[in-house]
Amino acid sequence: MSSTVSTSSQGEVWAGGNKPMKASYGKLMMWFFIVSDALTFSGFLAAYGFSRFKFINSWPIADEVFTHVPFLHGQELPMIYVAFMTFVLIMSSVTMVLAVDAGHHMKKAKVTFYMFLTIIGGVIFVGSQAWEWATFIKGDFGAVKTHGGNIIQFVDADSNHRVALKDFAHSIPTERVQHENKNGILYMSEPALTSYSLEEVIEGFESSPNIVIRTQIIKDNEKTVLSREESLRMLKENGSYVVEGANLKDNEYGSPLFADFFFFITGFHGFHVFSGIILNIIVFFNVIVGTYEKRGSYEMVEKVGLYWHFVDLVWVFVFTFFYLV
Amino acid sequence: MADAHNLEIFRGLIKFKSNTQKIWGVLILLSIVTTVEVVLGIIKPEFMMESFLSMKILNWVFIILTIVKAYYITWDFMHMRDETPSLRRVVVWTAIFLICYLLWILIQEAGYIFNTYDQGYIKRDF
Repeated sequence: MSSTVSTSSQGEVWAGGNKPMKASYGKLMMWFFIVSDALTFSGFLAAYGFSRFKFINSWPIADEVFTHVPFLHGQELPMIYVAFMTFVLIMSSVTMVLAVDAGHHMKKAKVTFYMFLTIIGGVIFVGSQAWEWATFIKGDFGAVKTHGGNIIQFVDADSNHRVALKDFAHSIPTERVQHENKNGILYMSEPALTSYSLEEVIEGFESSPNIVIRTQIIKDNEKTVLSREESLRMLKENGSYVVEGANLKDNEYGSPLFADFFFFITGFHGFHVFSGIILNIIVFFNVIVGTYEKRGSYEMVEKVGLYWHFVDLVWVFVFTFFYLV
Repeated sequence: MADAHNLEIFRGLIKFKSNTQKIWGVLILLSIVTTVEVVLGIIKPEFMMESFLSMKILNWVFIILTIVKAYYITWDFMHMRDETPSLRRVVVWTAIFLICYLLWILIQEAGYIFNTYDQGYIKRDF
């Protein structure tokens, strides 16, 4: 107690209104939040890196997974759509920063307009992400999982292009139905049956001499393709069940961890974008009703803007580590 | 605040007349970098597929370009350029230090686990 020196400024310092590092309380706290949230995302991305380096010679090649663009069905266009999504998010960052700039000049109409554009950009982005998820969950070719937990895919022996299960699997009439918890052993159930059973795939494979198996193992930037004899042996000895699309347990493109991290990281990011949109909408209406005009400062737009740019910043890293590297 | 913007990027190589103009300039820069990334990702030039420090050169290029983008988003969109040096350091150095530490320790460990699988101590090729 006695060591504290009483000066005239001390009263002012502790009475509030003081701005350490020349940033207002709200902005400083937003920066605190951003740093801690950045560390959360780095934790996720570092965990992704961990799993990837752990399975560095069998990780799915992203170019082969995300090849779809809405309305362009059946065409292989790697990364085009995700590049579009990135551009939309950067663009909405730009309209946000323009809104902040208009706020500095106290131009209410301009702030309103730019906030509106920012919200639209965010909605387009979240919608695109939902579409991306749906496409990924649905899958396109189908594959077989082995007893060891590896994914084997089917390719054309000449062109090396993937072949969909529906193009070669036979249809064997069967009585087999999904086990729901309302029948059979009570309170036990299984997930929906795949469109083809393993037996149907094996029979179809035997009668299509031009199809071979591609394993997960990457050599010289390409996945290993087995010979016809090896393929037949692999499928019959190791085949366990059919996988179509992606979920948290299996994923037809390779390691299940790839799908797990994809859902978790892009989901967490999508949730950030979603909350950003909500915050933006609240601020948007506050601008319209003139809250900040009366307050004499549009700093709230700046604070929510910081958050919005941060979401963009995280996406730049997610884009690199999920789709490019 | 309104007049306090630092309007130079590239250490003064490009000077913008107004803050709005700077924002569009940065957008153009970010778009160019993203386009380069996507084009490289589609073409995958042969000479960039060689390994350098246990990663493909192409991947190093992607990571460096990403950090370039992150820099301009933070510095110009989040107005870090206009904040005091102390705030800048508090935010950036803390994050960079902790992220580097985390990455080092996890990636190092992942390499070890990969080798354990690779040398056949654990069998999973069935």
